[in-house]
Amino acid sequence: MTAKKVFRFVAVLLALTLVAAACGDDSTSTTDGDSTATTLSSGGADEVEVFSWWTGGGEAAGLDAMIAVFANTDPDITFVNSAVAGGAGTNARAVLASRLQANDPPDSWQGHAGQELIGTYVAADQIEPLNFLYDQEGWLDVMPETLIPLISDGGNIYSVPVNIHRANVLWTNPTVLADNGIDVPATLDDFFAALDALKAAGMDAPLAMGEQWTSMHLMETIMLASMGADGWNGLWDGSVSWDSADVTAALEAFDKVLGYTNSDASALSWQDAGQLVLDGDAAFNIMGDWAEGFYRELGMEPNVDFGWAPVPGTAGLFQFLSDSFVLAKNAPHRDAAIAWLTVAGSLEGQDAFNPVKGSIPARSDGDRSLYGEYLLSAMDDWASDTVVGSLTHGVVANDSWKSEIDSALGLFLLDRDVAAFQTALVAAQTASG
Amino acid sequence: MAVASAEKTARPTRKSRGNFFTLQHWWGILWVLPSLIAVMVFVYGFIGWTARVSVSAWKGLLADYTYVGFQNFTDLASDQRFAIDVQNTAIFTVVFVLGCLGLGLGLAILLDKGIRAEGFYRSLFLFPMAISFIVTGVVWRWLMNPAQGDRLSGLNLVFDKLGLDFLVNSWHGTPTWGIAAVAIPAVWQMSGYTMALYLAGLRAVPESLREAARVDGASELQVYRKVVMPLIRPVTLSAIIILGHISLKVFDLIIAMAGKQVALDVPAIYMWTTTFDGFFFGRGAAIGIVLLLSVAVLVIPYLWYTLRQESDT
Repeated sequence: MTAKKVFRFVAVLLALTLVAAACGDDSTSTTDGDSTATTLSSGGADEVEVFSWWTGGGEAAGLDAMIAVFANTDPDITFVNSAVAGGAGTNARAVLASRLQANDPPDSWQGHAGQELIGTYVAADQIEPLNFLYDQEGWLDVMPETLIPLISDGGNIYSVPVNIHRANVLWTNPTVLADNGIDVPATLDDFFAALDALKAAGMDAPLAMGEQWTSMHLMETIMLASMGADGWNGLWDGSVSWDSADVTAALEAFDKVLGYTNSDASALSWQDAGQLVLDGDAAFNIMGDWAEGFYRELGMEPNVDFGWAPVPGTAGLFQFLSDSFVLAKNAPHRDAAIAWLTVAGSLEGQDAFNPVKGSIPARSDGDRSLYGEYLLSAMDDWASDTVVGSLTHGVVANDSWKSEIDSALGLFLLDRDVAAFQTALVAAQTASG
Repeated sequence: MAVASAEKTARPTRKSRGNFFTLQHWWGILWVLPSLIAVMVFVYGFIGWTARVSVSAWKGLLADYTYVGFQNFTDLASDQRFAIDVQNTAIFTVVFVLGCLGLGLGLAILLDKGIRAEGFYRSLFLFPMAISFIVTGVVWRWLMNPAQGDRLSGLNLVFDKLGLDFLVNSWHGTPTWGIAAVAIPAVWQMSGYTMALYLAGLRAVPESLREAARVDGASELQVYRKVVMPLIRPVTLSAIIILGHISLKVFDLIIAMAGKQVALDVPAIYMWTTTFDGFFFGRGAAIGIVLLLSVAVLVIPYLWYTLRQESDT
């Protein structure tokens, strides 16, 4: 080959690489999970792209169950499952944010009911009100009254909640507790006494914890236990100051609780931390009730292999979070998206999703025969308890506020300086305001 | 040497300006044009856009280009988390660069001694470089499991079984110095590459120079210290630049090994979380610009030095 030919050959090769790279990008951004998503086509009512962070465990299984219902009710619509993996949805939200900025919204996406949706997507005018769908389907009569204000803004309802999760659950290993003669603790003081007893009995870390977001989860439940419902709610509506003595006391309690956790927390996922309790390496784990779905997937027997109670000091309080689906403004397949949302809010859809995911339906008319022992107790508590929102899971604070709290928490986990932590939390409120 | 001679033969054509706009040159420009445009838009265009965002008040999903001067940068200067990022990057860079240089040079000298099946060992040491940092991170996450007590695993379990209990440690869970543990897999991955650089440098040192030194009575250590090392100093410089800019940008390895935690935070991770979790786009862009400048401080003097050397020959 002459030099010229070689040069041309290389140039063509380079051009091909560019094309290949472009194609590669497309497929990685849209395929993940079970369904194979093809590249984004424009228009047409024959598919609906639904974005979520449900890629593993009971979450993905629950979504699949609801997709199966959707396939029955709307066989003509192809369901495109654009799920992105990553703890507590942080990765997925990053992908979603860039897609929304690029004006390339999925038809519908999963979002935590509350400030996460309102503070971010409603404020940025990215989603459509769904009042018409609620009227048409009669959902206002079957969904809890306390839920509606949290998913509304200015009288407009913005999402279809498919489930209710509880954040303030203490998971226990009944065998370990029985062997050490410890009752399930009801108050924070009982909790510390139990943890001390287990430590004295030779258990290094009686309370299992995982990576950083699980420590925020632990923090919010301990703060709720210390401050009560009014104190906790006040932090978010502005009636309780972050530099008050109540907050100091709550943070000191959290600091004390951290002293009983495992040293390798940062290397563990929430599932790993839950596994420590099953294996008897720890006696307690504080995690949302999706842990129950995980335990059942492992074939564990409720009240035998694992037990549960409200986080000590939070009996009568239901710290909730709710996964909900929204309708994107300018959804590429609006009619198909509405068909999907109709299924998501239907009794059939919710009763397919929730027993598998390990959550209770947002509707109050769920078929009780479908739910296991834990979920039935949660359904009863949901009906009778005082409801408060979760921080880690997007109910009480918007994403900016939460991420500032997360930075402050990360620094606190390093230096464990309660006073500095409180100062940083005060600053977090101003920075995100 | 080869470069220098190619340079000399290329010169006459470059000087004959009259031929510049031949058909072949137009073809050349045409072929280069797409990538030129792509680079202008996707590299320099976005650098400019990021710089613009870094002096804006953008917070939230929607763009807000309100000019706030250097507010985002001054905020970073007093940001405790960013201070940890800088400290972690410094520790990581020192451990990573020194580790790679030491290990790379050692391996290169051993291979240069005329070991049997040299090609096999060369490939063996180079292979880790073919793996992505994510894969390395996942594997080393298992190896460096910080669990203590009954749940010892990975390297800690090996230490324990071998009776080397004093070596059992909490790896990246170690306060302050945890980031150094994360640098170890990075050293494992990139020291083979450094070895290849050094090996090429060593091979370029004429055997006659070493012979001359030996004849003059130099010990083997002196041959390396006084003759070989000064001659391969440019290789060391190149290696420092290449490794240094990798370490400034490290992100994937830490995410794969330890997830998002402030203890092991670096600027790239802070940039990502504050931008996409917290929607602080202005602050995220400011961190991006700081990263760009710190890499530029490293790379630009090197480029300038290399270009000047080339024009001198």
